[in-house]
Amino acid sequence: MAANPMTQFEVYRIGPEVKIGAFDISFTNASLFMVISTLAILLIFNLGSKKNTIIPNKIQLLAELSYTFVSKMISDTAGTKAKPYFSFIFSLFMFVLFCNMFGMIPYTFTVTSHIIVTFVLAAFIFISVTIIGFIKHGFGYLKLFVPSGVPVVLLPLIVIIEIISYLSRPISLSVRLFANMMAGHTMMKVFGGFVISLGIIGGWLPLTFSVALTGLEILVAFLQAYVFAILTCIYLNDALNLHH
Amino acid sequence: MRDVFAAESGGMPQLNPEFWISQIFWLTLTFGTLYIILSKLILPKISANLELRKSQIQENIEAAEKQRKESEIKLKEYDEIILKSRLKANDIFKDSREKVIKDINIKKEALDKQIDEEIKKVEKEINQLKETSPEKINKIAIEISSDILKKLIGADVNNSSISAIVNDLLKRNGNKYYGN
Repeated sequence: MAANPMTQFEVYRIGPEVKIGAFDISFTNASLFMVISTLAILLIFNLGSKKNTIIPNKIQLLAELSYTFVSKMISDTAGTKAKPYFSFIFSLFMFVLFCNMFGMIPYTFTVTSHIIVTFVLAAFIFISVTIIGFIKHGFGYLKLFVPSGVPVVLLPLIVIIEIISYLSRPISLSVRLFANMMAGHTMMKVFGGFVISLGIIGGWLPLTFSVALTGLEILVAFLQAYVFAILTCIYLNDALNLHH
Repeated sequence: MRDVFAAESGGMPQLNPEFWISQIFWLTLTFGTLYIILSKLILPKISANLELRKSQIQENIEAAEKQRKESEIKLKEYDEIILKSRLKANDIFKDSREKVIKDINIKKEALDKQIDEEIKKVEKEINQLKETSPEKINKIAIEISSDILKKLIGADVNNSSISAIVNDLLKRNGNKYYGN
Protein backbone atom coordinates (compact mmCIF):
# COMPACT_ATOMS: atom_id res chain seq x y z
CA MET A 1 0.00 0.00 0.00
CA ALA A 2 2.86 2.38 0.82
CA ALA A 3 4.40 1.91 -2.62
CA ASN A 4 1.16 2.94 -4.31
CA PRO A 5 1.77 6.49 -5.61
CA MET A 6 -1.91 7.35 -5.24
CA THR A 7 -1.96 6.80 -1.48
CA GLN A 8 -0.76 10.35 -0.92
CA PHE A 9 -4.03 11.70 -2.33
CA GLU A 10 -6.24 9.82 0.10
CA VAL A 11 -8.44 11.86 2.35
CA TYR A 12 -8.98 10.62 5.88
CA ARG A 13 -10.84 11.90 8.83
CA ILE A 14 -8.99 13.69 11.61
CA GLY A 15 -10.98 13.56 14.83
CA PRO A 16 -14.63 12.61 15.16
CA GLU A 17 -17.19 12.28 12.40
CA VAL A 18 -19.27 15.44 12.09
CA LYS A 19 -22.57 15.41 10.24
CA ILE A 20 -25.06 18.07 9.31
CA GLY A 21 -28.20 16.22 8.30
CA ALA A 22 -27.09 13.65 5.77
CA PHE A 23 -23.85 15.49 4.94
CA ASP A 24 -20.51 14.45 6.36
CA ILE A 25 -18.47 17.56 7.06
CA SER A 26 -15.79 15.92 9.21
CA PHE A 27 -12.44 17.61 9.61
CA THR A 28 -9.99 15.79 7.31
CA ASN A 29 -6.38 16.12 6.29
CA ALA A 30 -7.60 18.16 3.31
CA SER A 31 -9.42 20.53 5.66
CA LEU A 32 -6.27 20.73 7.79
CA PHE A 33 -4.17 21.97 4.88
CA MET A 34 -6.84 24.41 3.75
CA VAL A 35 -6.81 25.86 7.26
CA ILE A 36 -2.99 25.88 7.37
CA SER A 37 -2.77 27.66 3.99
CA THR A 38 -5.38 30.21 5.02
CA LEU A 39 -3.67 30.88 8.33
CA ALA A 40 -0.26 31.16 6.66
CA ILE A 41 -1.57 33.70 4.13
CA LEU A 42 -3.32 35.70 6.82
CA LEU A 43 -0.25 35.63 9.05
CA ILE A 44 2.16 36.75 6.34
CA PHE A 45 -0.06 39.50 4.97
CA ASN A 46 -1.08 40.66 8.42
CA LEU A 47 2.57 41.03 9.39
CA GLY A 48 3.25 42.63 6.02
CA SER A 49 0.60 45.31 6.46
CA LYS A 50 0.93 46.00 10.17
CA LYS A 51 3.70 48.56 10.17
CA ASN A 52 3.70 51.32 7.65
CA THR A 53 7.23 52.40 6.99
CA ILE A 54 8.48 54.33 4.00
CA ILE A 55 11.30 51.86 3.56
CA PRO A 56 9.56 48.49 3.94
CA ASN A 57 11.00 45.60 5.89
CA LYS A 58 11.28 42.18 4.27
CA ILE A 59 7.83 40.86 5.08
CA GLN A 60 6.20 44.17 4.19
CA LEU A 61 8.08 44.14 0.90
CA LEU A 62 6.81 40.62 0.24
CA ALA A 63 3.23 41.66 0.90
CA GLU A 64 3.49 44.80 -1.18
CA LEU A 65 5.22 43.08 -4.08
CA SER A 66 2.49 40.42 -4.10
CA TYR A 67 -0.12 43.16 -4.04
CA THR A 68 1.40 45.03 -6.97
CA PHE A 69 2.06 41.79 -8.85
CA VAL A 70 -1.60 40.72 -8.71
CA SER A 71 -2.78 44.29 -9.24
CA LYS A 72 -0.69 44.59 -12.39
CA MET A 73 -1.82 41.17 -13.62
CA ILE A 74 -5.46 42.21 -13.29
CA SER A 75 -5.07 45.63 -14.87
CA ASP A 76 -3.06 44.14 -17.75
CA THR A 77 -5.59 41.44 -18.61
CA ALA A 78 -8.96 42.84 -17.54
CA GLY A 79 -8.41 46.59 -17.40
CA THR A 80 -9.46 49.10 -14.78
CA LYS A 81 -13.05 47.87 -14.65
CA ALA A 82 -11.86 44.72 -12.87
CA LYS A 83 -10.72 46.68 -9.81
CA PRO A 84 -13.68 45.68 -7.60
CA TYR A 85 -12.74 42.03 -8.08
CA PHE A 86 -9.15 42.54 -7.02
CA SER A 87 -9.66 41.14 -3.52
CA PHE A 88 -11.24 37.99 -4.85
CA ILE A 89 -8.54 37.31 -7.45
CA PHE A 90 -5.83 38.10 -4.93
CA SER A 91 -7.35 35.66 -2.42
CA LEU A 92 -7.79 33.06 -5.13
CA PHE A 93 -4.22 33.36 -6.36
CA MET A 94 -2.78 33.24 -2.85
CA PHE A 95 -4.99 30.34 -1.78
CA VAL A 96 -4.09 28.20 -4.78
CA LEU A 97 -0.42 29.19 -4.54
CA PHE A 98 -0.15 28.35 -0.85
CA CYS A 99 -2.05 25.05 -1.22
CA ASN A 100 0.27 24.12 -4.10
CA MET A 101 3.37 25.14 -2.18
CA PHE A 102 2.38 23.39 1.04
CA GLY A 103 1.88 20.28 -1.05
CA MET A 104 5.56 20.39 -1.96
CA ILE A 105 6.61 19.68 1.62
CA PRO A 106 7.06 15.93 2.11
CA TYR A 107 4.27 14.11 4.00
CA THR A 108 1.84 16.95 3.43
CA PHE A 109 -1.44 16.85 1.57
CA THR A 110 -2.00 18.81 -1.63
CA VAL A 111 -5.46 20.35 -1.47
CA THR A 112 -5.42 21.38 -5.12
CA SER A 113 -4.70 17.85 -6.32
CA HIS A 114 -8.37 17.08 -5.76
CA ILE A 115 -10.73 17.66 -8.65
CA ILE A 116 -13.61 18.48 -6.36
CA VAL A 117 -11.72 21.43 -4.81
CA THR A 118 -10.54 22.87 -8.11
CA PHE A 119 -13.91 22.25 -9.70
CA VAL A 120 -15.78 24.07 -6.97
CA LEU A 121 -13.45 27.05 -7.38
CA ALA A 122 -13.74 26.97 -11.17
CA ALA A 123 -17.50 26.54 -11.09
CA PHE A 124 -17.86 29.43 -8.70
CA ILE A 125 -15.74 31.61 -10.99
CA PHE A 126 -17.69 30.47 -14.07
CA ILE A 127 -21.08 31.17 -12.53
CA SER A 128 -19.97 34.51 -11.06
CA VAL A 129 -18.45 35.66 -14.35
CA THR A 130 -21.58 34.67 -16.26
CA ILE A 131 -23.78 36.55 -13.79
CA ILE A 132 -21.50 39.61 -13.97
CA GLY A 133 -21.63 39.44 -17.76
CA PHE A 134 -25.42 39.39 -17.83
CA ILE A 135 -25.67 42.18 -15.26
CA LYS A 136 -23.29 44.43 -17.18
CA HIS A 137 -24.57 43.77 -20.69
CA GLY A 138 -28.01 42.17 -20.29
CA PHE A 139 -28.82 39.83 -23.14
CA GLY A 140 -26.13 41.61 -25.10
CA TYR A 141 -23.71 39.32 -23.30
CA LEU A 142 -24.83 36.58 -25.67
CA LYS A 143 -22.99 38.46 -28.42
CA LEU A 144 -19.92 36.83 -26.89
CA PHE A 145 -20.86 33.74 -28.87
CA VAL A 146 -21.12 35.62 -32.16
CA PRO A 147 -17.65 36.74 -33.25
CA SER A 148 -17.58 39.67 -35.65
CA GLY A 149 -16.25 39.31 -39.16
CA VAL A 150 -17.34 35.70 -39.61
CA PRO A 151 -19.08 34.68 -42.88
CA VAL A 152 -22.81 34.09 -42.39
CA VAL A 153 -22.49 30.54 -43.71
CA LEU A 154 -20.06 29.59 -40.95
CA LEU A 155 -21.95 31.45 -38.24
CA PRO A 156 -24.08 28.57 -36.87
CA LEU A 157 -21.02 26.36 -36.57
CA ILE A 158 -18.92 29.07 -34.92
CA VAL A 159 -21.69 29.87 -32.45
CA ILE A 160 -21.93 26.24 -31.44
CA ILE A 161 -18.16 25.99 -31.02
CA GLU A 162 -18.11 29.22 -28.98
CA ILE A 163 -20.89 27.97 -26.71
CA ILE A 164 -19.12 24.66 -26.15
CA SER A 165 -15.82 26.36 -25.42
CA TYR A 166 -17.56 28.74 -23.03
CA LEU A 167 -19.31 25.93 -21.20
CA SER A 168 -16.12 23.87 -20.96
CA ARG A 169 -14.31 26.70 -19.20
CA PRO A 170 -14.93 25.46 -15.65
CA ILE A 171 -13.88 21.95 -16.64
CA SER A 172 -10.68 23.02 -18.40
CA LEU A 173 -9.84 25.42 -15.61
CA SER A 174 -10.32 22.89 -12.83
CA VAL A 175 -8.84 19.89 -14.64
CA ARG A 176 -5.73 21.85 -15.63
CA LEU A 177 -4.84 22.61 -12.02
CA PHE A 178 -5.89 19.27 -10.61
CA ALA A 179 -4.13 17.22 -13.28
CA ASN A 180 -0.92 19.18 -13.03
CA MET A 181 -0.78 18.79 -9.29
CA MET A 182 -1.71 15.14 -9.32
CA ALA A 183 0.67 14.21 -12.15
CA GLY A 184 3.61 16.00 -10.57
CA HIS A 185 3.12 14.47 -7.17
CA THR A 186 2.51 11.01 -8.60
CA MET A 187 5.68 11.23 -10.67
CA MET A 188 7.71 12.30 -7.66
CA LYS A 189 6.29 9.45 -5.63
CA VAL A 190 7.12 6.96 -8.42
CA PHE A 191 10.71 8.19 -8.64
CA GLY A 192 10.94 8.10 -4.86
CA GLY A 193 9.78 4.46 -4.98
CA PHE A 194 12.50 3.68 -7.56
CA VAL A 195 15.14 5.05 -5.20
CA ILE A 196 14.06 2.53 -2.57
CA SER A 197 13.66 -0.44 -4.90
CA LEU A 198 16.97 0.10 -6.76
CA GLY A 199 18.83 0.46 -3.49
CA ILE A 200 22.20 1.99 -2.74
CA ILE A 201 23.74 1.08 -6.13
CA GLY A 202 21.08 2.00 -8.68
CA GLY A 203 19.07 4.44 -6.63
CA TRP A 204 21.20 7.49 -7.37
CA LEU A 205 19.77 8.12 -10.83
CA PRO A 206 16.10 8.31 -9.74
CA LEU A 207 17.23 10.31 -6.73
CA THR A 208 18.80 12.87 -9.08
CA PHE A 209 15.56 12.93 -11.07
CA SER A 210 13.64 13.38 -7.85
CA VAL A 211 15.70 16.41 -6.90
CA ALA A 212 15.31 17.93 -10.35
CA LEU A 213 11.57 17.18 -10.30
CA THR A 214 11.21 18.95 -6.97
CA GLY A 215 12.53 22.13 -8.57
CA LEU A 216 10.26 21.67 -11.55
CA GLU A 217 7.26 21.01 -9.33
CA ILE A 218 7.86 24.18 -7.34
CA LEU A 219 7.86 26.05 -10.63
CA VAL A 220 4.66 24.25 -11.68
CA ALA A 221 3.08 25.04 -8.32
CA PHE A 222 3.65 28.75 -8.89
CA LEU A 223 2.84 28.63 -12.57
CA GLN A 224 -0.48 26.83 -12.11
CA ALA A 225 -1.58 29.29 -9.45
CA TYR A 226 -0.66 32.09 -11.83
CA VAL A 227 -2.45 30.46 -14.75
CA PHE A 228 -5.52 29.85 -12.64
CA ALA A 229 -5.61 33.49 -11.59
CA ILE A 230 -4.85 34.91 -15.01
CA LEU A 231 -7.52 32.77 -16.71
CA THR A 232 -9.99 34.05 -14.15
CA CYS A 233 -8.92 37.56 -15.14
CA ILE A 234 -9.40 36.75 -18.82
CA TYR A 235 -12.90 35.35 -18.22
CA LEU A 236 -13.68 38.41 -16.16
CA ASN A 237 -12.39 40.59 -18.99
CA ASP A 238 -14.84 38.90 -21.39
CA ALA A 239 -17.66 39.68 -18.99
CA LEU A 240 -16.62 43.27 -18.31
CA ASN A 241 -15.43 44.40 -21.73
CA LEU A 242 -17.43 42.68 -24.43
CA HIS A 243 -15.09 42.51 -27.40
CA HIS A 244 -17.04 40.57 -29.98
CA MET B 1 -14.43 1.53 3.44
CA ARG B 2 -11.54 3.56 2.00
CA ASP B 3 -9.94 0.55 0.37
CA VAL B 4 -13.19 -0.43 -1.25
CA PHE B 5 -13.68 2.95 -2.84
CA ALA B 6 -10.06 3.19 -3.91
CA ALA B 7 -10.37 -0.11 -5.67
CA GLU B 8 -13.65 0.83 -7.30
CA SER B 9 -12.37 4.13 -8.70
CA GLY B 10 -9.29 2.57 -10.25
CA GLY B 11 -6.91 3.79 -7.56
CA MET B 12 -7.76 7.49 -7.79
CA PRO B 13 -8.79 8.71 -4.36
CA GLN B 14 -9.89 11.99 -6.01
CA LEU B 15 -12.88 10.23 -7.51
CA ASN B 16 -13.99 8.83 -4.18
CA PRO B 17 -17.02 10.93 -3.25
CA GLU B 18 -16.88 10.00 0.43
CA PHE B 19 -15.36 13.33 1.54
CA TRP B 20 -16.52 15.56 -1.30
CA ILE B 21 -19.11 17.30 0.81
CA SER B 22 -16.57 17.77 3.58
CA GLN B 23 -14.04 19.23 1.15
CA ILE B 24 -16.61 21.59 -0.38
CA PHE B 25 -17.69 22.67 3.09
CA TRP B 26 -14.16 23.32 4.34
CA LEU B 27 -13.11 24.98 1.10
CA THR B 28 -16.05 27.38 1.32
CA LEU B 29 -15.32 28.05 4.98
CA THR B 30 -11.57 28.61 4.68
CA PHE B 31 -11.65 30.45 1.36
CA GLY B 32 -14.58 32.55 2.49
CA THR B 33 -12.78 33.50 5.69
CA LEU B 34 -9.62 34.25 3.76
CA TYR B 35 -11.49 36.43 1.25
CA ILE B 36 -13.39 38.36 3.92
CA ILE B 37 -10.35 39.04 6.12
CA LEU B 38 -8.11 39.93 3.17
CA SER B 39 -10.62 42.22 1.49
CA LYS B 40 -11.92 43.93 4.63
CA LEU B 41 -8.81 44.18 6.79
CA ILE B 42 -5.51 43.44 5.15
CA LEU B 43 -5.63 44.53 1.50
CA PRO B 44 -6.98 48.06 2.25
CA LYS B 45 -4.09 48.52 4.65
CA ILE B 46 -1.51 47.43 2.07
CA SER B 47 -3.17 49.65 -0.52
CA ALA B 48 -3.12 52.59 1.90
CA ASN B 49 0.54 51.93 2.68
CA LEU B 50 1.39 51.91 -1.01
CA GLU B 51 -0.61 55.07 -1.67
CA LEU B 52 1.01 56.81 1.27
CA ARG B 53 4.46 55.85 0.11
CA LYS B 54 3.67 57.00 -3.41
CA SER B 55 2.39 60.36 -2.25
CA GLN B 56 5.26 60.81 0.15
CA ILE B 57 7.80 60.01 -2.54
CA GLN B 58 6.00 62.41 -4.85
CA GLU B 59 6.12 65.09 -2.18
CA ASN B 60 9.79 64.45 -1.57
CA ILE B 61 10.51 64.66 -5.27
CA GLU B 62 8.60 67.93 -5.50
CA ALA B 63 10.44 69.32 -2.50
CA ALA B 64 13.75 68.22 -3.98
CA GLU B 65 12.83 69.84 -7.28
CA LYS B 66 11.95 73.06 -5.50
CA GLN B 67 15.20 73.06 -3.60
CA ARG B 68 17.10 72.34 -6.76
CA LYS B 69 15.50 75.37 -8.44
CA GLU B 70 16.28 77.51 -5.43
CA SER B 71 19.86 76.41 -5.40
CA GLU B 72 20.10 77.11 -9.11
CA ILE B 73 18.89 80.65 -8.51
CA LYS B 74 21.35 81.00 -5.66
CA LEU B 75 24.09 79.68 -7.89
CA LYS B 76 23.22 82.27 -10.54
CA GLU B 77 23.29 85.01 -7.94
CA TYR B 78 26.59 83.77 -6.71
CA ASP B 79 27.98 83.74 -10.24
CA GLU B 80 26.77 87.26 -10.79
CA ILE B 81 28.34 88.42 -7.57
CA ILE B 82 31.60 86.77 -8.52
CA LEU B 83 31.50 88.38 -11.97
CA LYS B 84 30.73 91.78 -10.49
CA SER B 85 33.44 91.54 -7.92
CA ARG B 86 35.88 90.41 -10.55
CA LEU B 87 35.06 93.47 -12.67
CA LYS B 88 35.33 95.64 -9.62
CA ALA B 89 38.66 94.10 -8.71
CA ASN B 90 39.83 94.73 -12.26
CA ASP B 91 38.74 98.34 -12.03
CA ILE B 92 40.44 98.77 -8.70
CA PHE B 93 43.55 97.22 -10.08
CA LYS B 94 43.52 99.48 -13.12
CA ASP B 95 42.86 102.56 -11.03
CA SER B 96 45.60 101.85 -8.59
CA ARG B 97 47.96 101.01 -11.39
CA GLU B 98 47.27 104.29 -13.12
CA LYS B 99 47.66 106.13 -9.86
CA VAL B 100 50.92 104.42 -9.15
CA ILE B 101 52.16 105.13 -12.66
CA LYS B 102 51.16 108.78 -12.30
CA ASP B 103 52.89 109.00 -8.95
CA ILE B 104 55.97 107.39 -10.37
CA ASN B 105 55.94 109.77 -13.33
CA ILE B 106 55.56 112.81 -11.10
CA LYS B 107 58.35 111.66 -8.87
CA LYS B 108 60.47 110.79 -11.86
CA GLU B 109 59.94 114.22 -13.36
CA ALA B 110 60.82 115.88 -10.07
CA LEU B 111 63.88 113.75 -9.78
CA ASP B 112 64.88 114.46 -13.37
CA LYS B 113 64.51 118.14 -12.72
CA GLN B 114 66.60 117.89 -9.62
CA ILE B 115 69.22 115.87 -11.42
CA ASP B 116 69.27 118.32 -14.28
CA GLU B 117 69.69 121.18 -11.87
CA GLU B 118 72.48 119.40 -10.07
CA ILE B 119 74.18 118.62 -13.35
CA LYS B 120 73.87 122.23 -14.46
CA LYS B 121 75.23 123.41 -11.15
CA VAL B 122 78.15 121.06 -11.33
CA GLU B 123 78.82 121.98 -14.94
CA LYS B 124 78.83 125.62 -13.97
CA GLU B 125 81.30 124.92 -11.20
CA ILE B 126 83.47 122.96 -13.55
CA ASN B 127 83.37 125.73 -16.07
CA GLN B 128 84.20 128.23 -13.40
CA LEU B 129 87.06 126.06 -12.28
CA LYS B 130 88.19 125.70 -15.85
CA GLU B 131 88.10 129.41 -16.32
CA THR B 132 89.91 130.26 -13.11
CA SER B 133 92.42 127.46 -13.04
CA PRO B 134 94.91 128.73 -15.72
CA GLU B 135 95.31 132.00 -13.88
CA LYS B 136 95.88 130.19 -10.60
CA ILE B 137 98.28 127.81 -12.23
CA ASN B 138 100.08 130.71 -13.81
CA LYS B 139 100.36 132.36 -10.44
CA ILE B 140 101.62 129.17 -8.86
CA ALA B 141 104.04 128.64 -11.76
CA ILE B 142 105.38 132.16 -11.44
CA GLU B 143 105.76 131.81 -7.66
CA ILE B 144 107.44 128.43 -7.94
CA SER B 145 109.70 129.68 -10.74
CA SER B 146 110.73 132.73 -8.74
CA ASP B 147 111.33 130.51 -5.66
CA ILE B 148 113.47 128.12 -7.69
CA LEU B 149 115.38 130.95 -9.31
CA LYS B 150 115.90 132.49 -5.91
CA LYS B 151 117.33 129.26 -4.62
CA LEU B 152 119.42 128.73 -7.72
CA ILE B 153 120.92 132.11 -8.14
CA GLY B 154 120.26 133.46 -4.68
CA ALA B 155 118.80 136.68 -5.85
CA ASP B 156 115.31 138.08 -6.34
CA VAL B 157 114.15 137.95 -9.85
CA ASN B 158 111.62 140.37 -11.23
CA ASN B 159 108.23 138.75 -11.10
CA SER B 160 107.02 140.55 -14.17
CA SER B 161 109.74 139.05 -16.35
CA ILE B 162 108.91 135.54 -15.11
CA SER B 163 105.22 136.07 -15.71
CA ALA B 164 106.00 137.18 -19.23
CA ILE B 165 107.85 133.90 -19.85
CA VAL B 166 105.06 131.82 -18.29
CA ASN B 167 102.41 133.61 -20.27
CA ASP B 168 104.44 133.06 -23.38
CA LEU B 169 104.68 129.32 -22.58
CA LEU B 170 101.01 129.16 -21.82
CA LYS B 171 100.14 130.71 -25.08
CA ARG B 172 102.27 128.17 -26.87
CA ASN B 173 101.43 125.09 -24.91
CA GLY B 174 98.19 126.00 -23.09
CA ASN B 175 96.03 123.96 -25.42
CA LYS B 176 98.05 120.86 -24.55
CA TYR B 177 97.33 121.15 -20.82
CA TYR B 178 93.80 122.43 -20.57
CA GLY B 179 92.18 120.96 -23.60
CA ASN B 180 90.61 124.27 -24.68
